[in-house]
Amino acid sequence: MRLSDLPAGGSGIVTAVDDGSRVGRRLSELGVVPGVKIAVIKHAPFGDPVEIRLLRYNLALRKEEAAVVQIDPESTNGRS
Amino acid sequence: MDEANSQKASPVIALAGNPNAGKTTLFNALTGLRHKVANYPGVTVERRSGRWGIGEGSAELIDLPGLYSLDATSMDEEIARDVLRGSAESPVRPDAIVAVVDATNLERNLYLITQIIEHETPVVVALTMMDLFEEQGHIVDLASLAAGLGVPVVPVDSRKGTGIAELGEAVSSVLGNKNGVPNGLAAELAGEGSNVFGRYRFISGLVQMAVKHNDLDAHRFSDRIDSILTHKVWGLLVLFGILLLVFQAIFSWATVPMDLLEAGFGALGDGARSILPEGMLADLVVDGIIAGVGGILVFLPQIILLFVFISILEDSGYMSRAAFLLDRLMSRIGLHGKAFLPLISSFACAIPGIMATRTIEDRRDRLATIMIAPLMSCSARLPVYVLMIAAFFGGQTVFGFVSLGAVIMLGMYLLGIVAAIVVAFILKRTVLKSPTPPFMMELPPYRMPSVRTVLANVLERAGLFVRRAGTVILAISIILWALAYFPRSDTAAEPGSETAASAQLENSFAGRLGHAIEPVIEPLGYDWKIGVALIASFAAREVLVSTLSILYNVGGDAEETGGLASALRDAKRADGLPVWTPLTSISLMVFFVLAMQCMSTVAIVRRETNSWRWPLFMVVYMTLLAYLGAFVTYQGGRLLGFT
Repeated sequence: MRLSDLPAGGSGIVTAVDDGSRVGRRLSELGVVPGVKIAVIKHAPFGDPVEIRLLRYNLALRKEEAAVVQIDPESTNGRS
Repeated sequence: MDEANSQKASPVIALAGNPNAGKTTLFNALTGLRHKVANYPGVTVERRSGRWGIGEGSAELIDLPGLYSLDATSMDEEIARDVLRGSAESPVRPDAIVAVVDATNLERNLYLITQIIEHETPVVVALTMMDLFEEQGHIVDLASLAAGLGVPVVPVDSRKGTGIAELGEAVSSVLGNKNGVPNGLAAELAGEGSNVFGRYRFISGLVQMAVKHNDLDAHRFSDRIDSILTHKVWGLLVLFGILLLVFQAIFSWATVPMDLLEAGFGALGDGARSILPEGMLADLVVDGIIAGVGGILVFLPQIILLFVFISILEDSGYMSRAAFLLDRLMSRIGLHGKAFLPLISSFACAIPGIMATRTIEDRRDRLATIMIAPLMSCSARLPVYVLMIAAFFGGQTVFGFVSLGAVIMLGMYLLGIVAAIVVAFILKRTVLKSPTPPFMMELPPYRMPSVRTVLANVLERAGLFVRRAGTVILAISIILWALAYFPRSDTAAEPGSETAASAQLENSFAGRLGHAIEPVIEPLGYDWKIGVALIASFAAREVLVSTLSILYNVGGDAEETGGLASALRDAKRADGLPVWTPLTSISLMVFFVLAMQCMSTVAIVRRETNSWRWPLFMVVYMTLLAYLGAFVTYQGGRLLGFT
């Protein structure tokens, strides 16, 4: 499932990021790498961007960018 | 200077780290307020440097732009990357690097560090926010962190000043060393898979070894604040309230010091007039230099207030929330959420607004934002609106209770905003066409703004503004003054009287220009006098009021809008019809909303874009837009039967 499809309040473990694309590479530099747990906190007033939490910090990104991240939702064996 | 020598004399230390890691606070703590701001040679990236006393001597500390990785995407980051890699293009060669790492956000912060330590320049890690982190019950084993990275790690608290001396000692001890890539990292990078993933695997192992995490979440407090501040409804309301407060401050509170400054410059002019012998020199000093530069410096209180607000909002962490709230709206026009702040600032003055576009990574996005910033009604237009409304719409109301003047004023602000949206929309689809840049922005935890950071920021911006007033604006003031002063004409009127001043102006180069352009501006409803005022106000908008005062023989005091307003109402053409009608005044206001009449803005755009192309483009498109807007207003208004 893609990170962009995760509803607010949901969480999951990153399984893959397309680090060949500019967006994917930038995201992985920011810590969005396989094995990392991501929680969706909320969506902005007009539905986009989305605020996520990973590695003890909060990051805002557009849904379009969140779509390059594949996650395994609601798994519990990841690190936070 | 050879390398060994420079190290002995005064080593150069670069300060690097992620945005929001506490870099600027540490820089200010290390250097006090003794720092200077300049640009890197050839580019517009700012370079802040200051003296830092370490050991018995002192070092030159350079604050690099914040960055997340050495794979640069913006111009700021490129410079930082070159410096940190010690590459040949680098404008400075640091002898050591202080890498700032936020303890509460260790893993992502360490990513950049794993890249920096691969290069030769010796590194010391300054660990910030340790107190906060330990208060939350986390335990960091500094020794194993340092061992894992292969560089010294020093905890610092910039606000309390602890760890500063130790940081200095650590930096002195590594000077002349070379980094070695830690074994664990080398192994990860040699392994399969992506370089980025390998680094994060190494960091993850390191952090698991060195840090005992408490389950308590550092962000809980911020998230609770954000449940209101980024709420779908309350968030927008609060943002609106904050904007209202900023506007109130800029337009209302700032008038007190502004009036004082204005009175001060008036007194200074009178003083100079009484000291200097009557003649050209006195006229140049009083009417050219003092009036010209003073007319710009009166805006200093607004600029200072604006930057106090911006600095507080930025340092507290709110600014990124504002971008988060509004990105969707901004991206519809084709702009980045970060463009919001520069555009808001431009309501006070386009100059700080344009300076604030530096945070926008994408060059085309930044250019588009710069190009539309001057369409926001800045405070220099205010005197023009006030005069026009006082002259032709004073005391009138709509629906019996809403002041017509307020409605017109609001209309002018809205016109500027709508024009900006349309222009940005067109630019982003034509000359500045580029794919929508990614929006990935950290929302840092809220923090109490540091007085020192805010003060340093405000001083810096105010300093830049004053320096410009002393150079570019001074030169333009003198040129304009000369255009209105020469050639001298002999009139029968008593020298120094207002009739003489008016005759002089009509005969001057500026007056002749006014007559020359009269046919062009006639379709807008303007006569030659308005033409002269328009030409004069191309240097700075508010000059319109003082020029009209001279042309209509109403004393030099631009503040007396009452006298000028009635003079405008009474002015008659040769055929006995009034020169000014309500429609003329609306047409003129529309012109002022849309026209690029500010030499200082042109100068700053030249500096920020490093070319004449963009400032010229700005002047041309805005002037055309203004002409078109005023033409449609005047001719359309007449067709509809207005006068």
